[in-house]
Order: sequence, then structure tokens, then C-alpha cells
Amino acid sequence: MWTYDRKLQYPVNISKPDANAAKIIITQFGGPDGELAASQRYLSQRYSMPYKQVAGLLTDIGTEEMAHMEIVCAIVHQLTKDLSLEEIKAAGFDPYFVDHTVALWPQAASGAPFTATYFQSKGDAITDLVEDMAAEQKARTTYDNLLRLIDNPEVRDPLKFLRAREIVHFQRFGEGLRIVQDHLNSRNFYAINPEFDMRKPKIGS
Amino acid sequence: MPGTSREALMRDLQAVSFVLDDIALFLQTHPTDQAALRCYEKYRDLKRKAEEEYMNAYGPLREDNVFVTDRWTWADMPWPWERQG
Repeated sequence: MWTYDRKLQYPVNISKPDANAAKIIITQFGGPDGELAASQRYLSQRYSMPYKQVAGLLTDIGTEEMAHMEIVCAIVHQLTKDLSLEEIKAAGFDPYFVDHTVALWPQAASGAPFTATYFQSKGDAITDLVEDMAAEQKARTTYDNLLRLIDNPEVRDPLKFLRAREIVHFQRFGEGLRIVQDHLNSRNFYAINPEFDMRKPKIGS
Repeated sequence: MPGTSREALMRDLQAVSFVLDDIALFLQTHPTDQAALRCYEKYRDLKRKAEEEYMNAYGPLREDNVFVTDRWTWADMPWPWERQG
């Protein structure tokens, strides 16, 4: 289970509303490389992961992604909470406003709704970890693009933290992949799928 | 410390908690790294202290730590996603 900690992993304090920034940052909530997809990717993949250490990695990183989703939502909330109708119209935030007012709803910057097709849970340790490493880099690029587009230091500061975590997670998943490969036949890593072909109880591990 | 602002105590707690998050993740793939293990112990204790200090001054961080008076106070403080100050 999970227990709610009444704190953000990294502080968010934004004093000026900005609908234009909110419109693009929301993609890291419900977009293709966003934190909701990241958390569900890792937390879905972990059940069939046969190596305890790597299942622990998926649990820890999946949990941290939920904390990142909360940071992204806090940013969007603080950017939109006090918007005037004039600001909403001027920034073209009205299509979002008409459906969601100033609530949070998981969508991409384009307006495309969140979908589970943004991630895969393939049931093959190598396949899933390679997806996870790519996902961290795609999220890092998205944060880089947001940082190119946004000037307000109060908004940039938590985005920089989130960007740095993508790099750390990429590194940890790379080590996870190495751990998986250490358990496999180095002459042919693909001889078996450890998530399917090793299901018989065996002595030791 | 009496008189320390909620923001300052929260900031300290966030800082030590983050070190612990990062070092625990590092230990998942480096379980015998002695320096990392010592660092984990140090920050685990610092986090406990920071949590206690925060909770004594400004209320519970988790729902199993609510100080009971004659009413339920869990929702009294601002939520984490609200702008502080």
C-alpha cells in the first residue's frame, strides 16, 4: 500500500499566474512522456519482474514518479488558480477552461487525453528496462524543451529538479539492466525470457 | 526550534528526505557500498529528527500521526500543493 506524506518532494511556490506556461507543463502530467505514464509504467511492470532488486527499483522509481506527478500538478495549479477570464481568453486557455475550469485533468500539451498506450508493460525484463531507459530520456528532453520556453525562475526551479531526476533514474535503470543481464546467458541474453521461462520454483536464485 | 517558520522547517525536512530518497535508490543497485550505507543511516536519523520537529510545531505529516484533541485536525493545515506564505 501507499501512505500519503503531507509534503512535496521539492517545493513549488509560484506567485504569478501564467496560462501559457500551464498549457505546456500539463503535458508532464498526462502527456506521452509525463509522470502519470511513468508511474503506471514502472508500477505495472514490477509484478512479473523475477529479480527482487530490480522489482525494488521499479517500486521505488514508480513511487517517486507519483511524487513528481504531484509536483507537476502543483505547478499547473499555482499557475492557473488565480487567472482572470481576460487572461484565460488571451492565452487561448479557454478550450481547457470550458471542460475543466481550473481543475487538473491529465492531458498532453496538444489536448490529447491521457491513455495507457503511452507506455508498455511487455513482460520481458530486457524489453521493459530498455523502454524505461528510453522513457527517462524522453521525459528529460521534454523538460529541456519546457526550460527553453519558460523564463520565470519560480517555475524553472522545480522543472530543473524534475529534469535532474530523469537522468538519475536513467542511470539506475541502466544498472538494473546490467543486473538482469548478469543473471542471463552472456552468449545469448535472449535465449530465454526470465519473466516467463523461469516460473518453476527453483533452488537458490 | 520555537519561532522557526513552517516554511523553513518544511524546507529542511524536504532537503533531508530527498537525500534519503536518492541514497535508497542508489543502494538498490549498490547494496554493498559502505559509504552509501553510512550516509543512509545518517540521513534516516536526520529525517526522523526533522519530521519530529516539524510535527511538534505545525501538525501531522501522515494520517497516523494526528494529535487528538476534541476534533479532527488533519485537514487544518494548507495542503502541499498550495502556494506557501
